[in-house]
Amino acid sequence: MSLSLEEVRRVASLARLRLSPEEEELFAGQLSAILDHVKLLEELDVSAVEPMTHALAAGEAAALRPDEPLPGLEPEAALANAPAREGTAFQVPRIIE
Amino acid sequence: MSATELLERSISEVGAELADRSVSSVELCEAALARVAGTDERLGAFLAVTPERALAEARASDARRARGDARGPLDGVPIALKDIFLTKGVPTTAGSRILEGFVPPYDATVVERLQASGAVSLGKLNMDEFAMGSSNENSAYKPCRNPWDLARTPGGSSGGSAAAVAARQAFGTLGTDTGGSIREPASFCGVVGVKPTYGRVSRYGVIAFASSLDQVGPFGKTVADAALLLGAVAGHDPRDATSSTRPVDDYLSRLEGGAAGLRIGVPREWFQEGLDPGVEQAIRAALATYETLGAKLVEVSFPHTKYAVGAYYLIAPAEASSNLARYDGVRYGLRAKASGLREMYAETRHQGFGPEPKRRIMLGTYALSAGYYDAYYLRAQKVRTLIRQDFDRAFEVCDLVAGPVTPTAAFRLGEKVDDPLQMYLADIFTIPCNLAALPGLSVPCGLHPAQRLPIGLQLVGRPFDEATLLRAARAFEREQGPLPAPAGV
Repeated sequence: MSLSLEEVRRVASLARLRLSPEEEELFAGQLSAILDHVKLLEELDVSAVEPMTHALAAGEAAALRPDEPLPGLEPEAALANAPAREGTAFQVPRIIE
Repeated sequence: MSATELLERSISEVGAELADRSVSSVELCEAALARVAGTDERLGAFLAVTPERALAEARASDARRARGDARGPLDGVPIALKDIFLTKGVPTTAGSRILEGFVPPYDATVVERLQASGAVSLGKLNMDEFAMGSSNENSAYKPCRNPWDLARTPGGSSGGSAAAVAARQAFGTLGTDTGGSIREPASFCGVVGVKPTYGRVSRYGVIAFASSLDQVGPFGKTVADAALLLGAVAGHDPRDATSSTRPVDDYLSRLEGGAAGLRIGVPREWFQEGLDPGVEQAIRAALATYETLGAKLVEVSFPHTKYAVGAYYLIAPAEASSNLARYDGVRYGLRAKASGLREMYAETRHQGFGPEPKRRIMLGTYALSAGYYDAYYLRAQKVRTLIRQDFDRAFEVCDLVAGPVTPTAAFRLGEKVDDPLQMYLADIFTIPCNLAALPGLSVPCGLHPAQRLPIGLQLVGRPFDEATLLRAARAFEREQGPLPAPAGV
């Protein structure tokens, strides 16, 4: 299976990830090789198999905790790592002209 | 006692010496910090050392002892943490440039629990970026090397965690294991590493890679040390909805129970082509040792072994592509300069992520994208069920499963970096345990006959049966005796 450069660009766009032309070339080849290996899974008839959607057996994990308010991060702590802020808000580039 | 002798000791031994006040936590910390200062330029196990903080904690521990207020066997013992655990006030990077300079506003639950036990953290340990890798070569900061041979990798992704224990820089460490990231480096570095059952240890405050597979676990020089650390961090946490409410077994009290009567399953498919003959020889010898200890070997079959890597490299990247969506330059971490919001996202991620996270984001996004979900992700989740059923069937006739951790001993730096698929295929024996959500460990079982590098024996157990695994590993360790200290560093 071979992934085209166009397909690589489409996936990168979905992932909000800019790739350099060199990375596009590299990933097209590497991802194709990995997807070729993954083709092995097609040998198996899985039509009657349930997907494993939870890593823990049913009843193993805790029930949801009570819906009670608990203290969260203080605004200053939450904003301390912000690349840009204004007052108590995260600042981002303009979205609407 | 010399500092070198002190650092050779197990946690159990220094714990006894701390208790009778023949050594202080400050002495232990100073010895460990000096060892780090003297070796880490070559080894590269630490991304950040926090000596002032460590010594302050050590003094507080000594003061508690003086008051008769010690918190237990870990109080005052110098440990270190993979840089994937959030540590309040101490920078945490997950080995990535996108988190360079990030200072967490809170502690991971496992960090809180170790602090409550009195353990003293020396700093944060090197790792593959976002725990993606099997050689620590994907660290965005620097390579970590194997203390047995500096030309070789310590394994990954918890390479720093394994190397630091092997090199006697810390008495114990914590790492994470998503597809083998504790067991593989433990095997390569000749230390004990435990990947608990999914849900046994809280993931709260652990930077997420693949949430249905990630699990926290300990490294130690001995099985008892790993058991002690696991006991300190395991148990229910209301802040992690996938954390189990089952009570935690008392691992230490059952540790010396021996291996007599244990039924050990040996999966036929784990001894096929690709397994290095020297590794196979060491594993077979370990299995023979178990027979002399009164265990019974039972051949079992895991027919879906060959599909595990393929299923894993769909499921883990799919979950990673979702988890890593949060690195968008808005709330923390790197922000690239760009004109619009969308450009800012794409450019931040372009600059901040290294090649491996990019590769996995691409693979995962592809596998989840419209038109491919059923063919890739859903099929992989069904294969995951089949792999779990392989184990369930085996556990009808055996109490645990034993085999190699990796097909070879530690490989050289640079040997596999250009071929990600070859790197991924080296995870073939560790991945099934993660996909099946089971507990597994690596215990040193000797040196490769030709390469003189450590080899780990993997044991995998029933869900939440870490106690049996640890007891079996301890029985072997007691019979085999310890590995010599590594001479490479």
